[in-house]
Amino acid sequence: MNRFSFWKYGLILFVLGIGIIYSLPNLYPSKPAIQVAYTDSGKSADQSLLNQVNEILNSNQILSESTGLKENNIVAKFNSFEDQLAAKAALQKKLLDEVIVALNLEPSTPQWLRDIGAGPLKLGLDLSGGVHFLLEVDIENALDNRLESLLNEYRKKFRDKRINVESSKKDDQDIVFSFISDEDYSKALKIISEDNVTATGALLYDLKPNAIRNLVQLAFSKQAIKELRDYAVGQNLMTLRNRVNELGVSEPIVQRQGSSRIVVELPGVQDTTAAKKIIGKTANLEFRLEASSTTSRLRKEEFWFQDERNGSADLEKNIIVSGDRVTNAKSGFDESGFAQVNITLDMQGGRAMQKATNGNIGRRLGVLFVEQKNKSVLSLDENGNEVIKQSSYIEKKIISIATVQAVLGTAFRITGVGSPQEASELALLLRAGALAAPMKFVEERTVGPSLGKENIELGIQSIIIGLLSVVAFMLFYYRWFGLAANFALLANVVLITGFMSLLGATLTLPGIAGIVLTIGMAVDANVLIFSRIREEFKAGLDPQTAINEGFSRAFVTIFDANVTTLIASLVLYTIGTGPIKGFAITLSIGILTSMFTAILGTRAIVNLMYGNKNIQELRV
Amino acid sequence: MNFNIPFMRFRIMASILSLSLLVISVASLGLRGLNFGLDFSGGTLIEVSYEQAADLSKVRDLMTNNGFDDFQVVNFGSNSDVLIKVADKDGNSQLGDIIFNFLQEADSKTELKRIEFVGPQIGSELRDQGGLGMLVALGMILLYVAFRFQYKFALGAVTALAHDVLIILGLFSIFAWDFDLTVLAALLAVIGYSLNDTIVVSDRIRENFRGERGFEPEEIVNRSLNQTLSRTLITSFTTLLVLFALFFFGGEMIRGFSQALIIGVLVGTYSSIYVVANMLLALSITQEDMAIPEPEGVEFDDMP
Repeated sequence: MNRFSFWKYGLILFVLGIGIIYSLPNLYPSKPAIQVAYTDSGKSADQSLLNQVNEILNSNQILSESTGLKENNIVAKFNSFEDQLAAKAALQKKLLDEVIVALNLEPSTPQWLRDIGAGPLKLGLDLSGGVHFLLEVDIENALDNRLESLLNEYRKKFRDKRINVESSKKDDQDIVFSFISDEDYSKALKIISEDNVTATGALLYDLKPNAIRNLVQLAFSKQAIKELRDYAVGQNLMTLRNRVNELGVSEPIVQRQGSSRIVVELPGVQDTTAAKKIIGKTANLEFRLEASSTTSRLRKEEFWFQDERNGSADLEKNIIVSGDRVTNAKSGFDESGFAQVNITLDMQGGRAMQKATNGNIGRRLGVLFVEQKNKSVLSLDENGNEVIKQSSYIEKKIISIATVQAVLGTAFRITGVGSPQEASELALLLRAGALAAPMKFVEERTVGPSLGKENIELGIQSIIIGLLSVVAFMLFYYRWFGLAANFALLANVVLITGFMSLLGATLTLPGIAGIVLTIGMAVDANVLIFSRIREEFKAGLDPQTAINEGFSRAFVTIFDANVTTLIASLVLYTIGTGPIKGFAITLSIGILTSMFTAILGTRAIVNLMYGNKNIQELRV
Repeated sequence: MNFNIPFMRFRIMASILSLSLLVISVASLGLRGLNFGLDFSGGTLIEVSYEQAADLSKVRDLMTNNGFDDFQVVNFGSNSDVLIKVADKDGNSQLGDIIFNFLQEADSKTELKRIEFVGPQIGSELRDQGGLGMLVALGMILLYVAFRFQYKFALGAVTALAHDVLIILGLFSIFAWDFDLTVLAALLAVIGYSLNDTIVVSDRIRENFRGERGFEPEEIVNRSLNQTLSRTLITSFTTLLVLFALFFFGGEMIRGFSQALIIGVLVGTYSSIYVVANMLLALSITQEDMAIPEPEGVEFDDMP
């Protein structure tokens, strides 16, 4: 009795083996490293950049442990932080703004472990240091703008078709038109009904026609609002990704959360003010008329085209409309099949555009792309050392210039924009320049690097102290059985680490607390089993039967007790954010692994100690 | 260890104790409310560390001179660490940077440890989510226990959980301890832990009711409590061991968490002895209640 079949030992050793192998990468310290990427996000790092990096490192006599291509970056690892900083300085001096150099820590996981997908635990921001932002996209505002420009579009359409509108107004979420004649009413209703479809084929409006009073009331349908929201959030997400890219952070996270929020996580960023400025900045557009031959020199400026081969052009200093008035831009085709870009402005923008183009038909209208950029310059400090100075400046370039063919309003188009692909790129720039909808910061958590380090040290310290005191108690109280439980406990810690690494879960400070708590609670299963064994033995069963009964009777209790804790931690996972999710994850994994180790693992060891032996006395 | 403590003789006394604790807790929650931490209240928090012991009054003066009026400045962990909290109704996300800038101007050795900003709507959302999560967890556990045991046990278990949660909340309210997300996490962990205890006790009560006939329910409950007492005490002890390790060595950021759990383990241990048993007796549990077949026992018997 009390022997395990061969496969059960095999299973235990197999699971334990996996746990050990996948937790191994955590024992290798991470190495200081730098990441080099082209500033232009369209270009990905290549062999020539790698050669350049190697050359610069060699010529500065900086010893790197390894350099190589990884995704879109060049990654170089070093043996010391001094080398890492020296390398960054040398590369920046040489390549200046052509590349972004980011400092980070690269795991030094051996190749054979990497081949099987093993890697160290990911650290949450509270352990690695860094910034977490939560931004909210202001959909209400975007919706309001849309409604406003829609109203103007229809006013214009009705005027063009000579439909008499008695009154038209925007009323909260609705637009209401009223007409005097039945004929006008039905004509207008027909026009509106024709537009009543979204890009995905659903109804665009909730239409409420009133034939008796000749009223048409329309509001965006739920589906249209959802599409608008998805569009705005998606657009902002893309813009943010581009901006975060500029920061040169390794492993940033830019993700949609819920219906209208965006999470940005930048591990290891130290200058949070700068990060916030870049994330919150609004790249912009300016619409200006081209300067005529009679424009005085004081009232014009010369700008280069985005594509510098096209040279430069003179534009008036007066800005007609800026990009925050653009509510939408789409590429499409004109009547003769040439690519064009359709632009929609809000009401105020439309009015300004109308005023400016009235009487200027035939002149050319330029679109300027305005961007805030950083420039690095080499200069000498007071001691005569070369230092790199960062300064920000504003760059304005022409992305399009086209002839005005009619008085423009809220909706107009730019033709002659080249190929369809160029048109869609221009539309993208027009949209991305101004965010699709304004955003605001609703949550920010910044953890300084020293606090992160401190948290790791304190966390590991409390794991060790907690573990040692429980191990000592179990050994003292249960002797041999305690030893078995202690092996199971150690195996449990290894399994938690291994499985968390394998699943790519993130370790946070509350997560560490979860591991510590699991250590305390995991022995519960063993305590239950051992108490039961003792009871059965006292009740007169022989030792072997007592052991067997103890394990099997305690099982149902352990199972029920753990399932309920699992329920609590799953609820925690769904309601929690960042660090708290980390706690829920470690707790859940801990419950599962502890059931395995405390029941199967302990049993295996107890069987090895007592199984198949003729024993009379049990010391539990 | 063998115990023979007549727990149930003191059940009236225990009921009075539990009820009065509950009344005090609910009264304090109603009158004083909870001292919500940043996660729930919204606002800005900034932690900085100085090279030497920080002069708190100087920091306060700096804050006042820069136009802040509703703020708190306290030491955090050590006397060189300072925590500043600003209650900010409009959700200005720039405050943390502004404050750190003038602190650093006054003393260039100031080191930033963390800035947390939680907008007002996020705070209230987290409050709603937290409360809802708590209720969902209780509800799901009620269902599970009712499914595995019997509704009288489920009622007992959920009463015990509500008892534990309310008393912990009450203590946090009475002593005005900071109630933040980590404390909420601890509360849910307490639910899990206390339930562990409750199930172990209930399991034994069920087993004894089935196995032995001709005893008074009170006697059976009492025997079950004694049989499980050594396990209850040992598990509480090992859990407390690790929690104290966390409390003393885990740092300031999870002190509230370990504090809530320590109280939770103590109250949970008490409630698994008195609240559940009391409820079962009050619902006049009988032999017949246990007479339902036990399909799960058969399935698991051949497991180790």
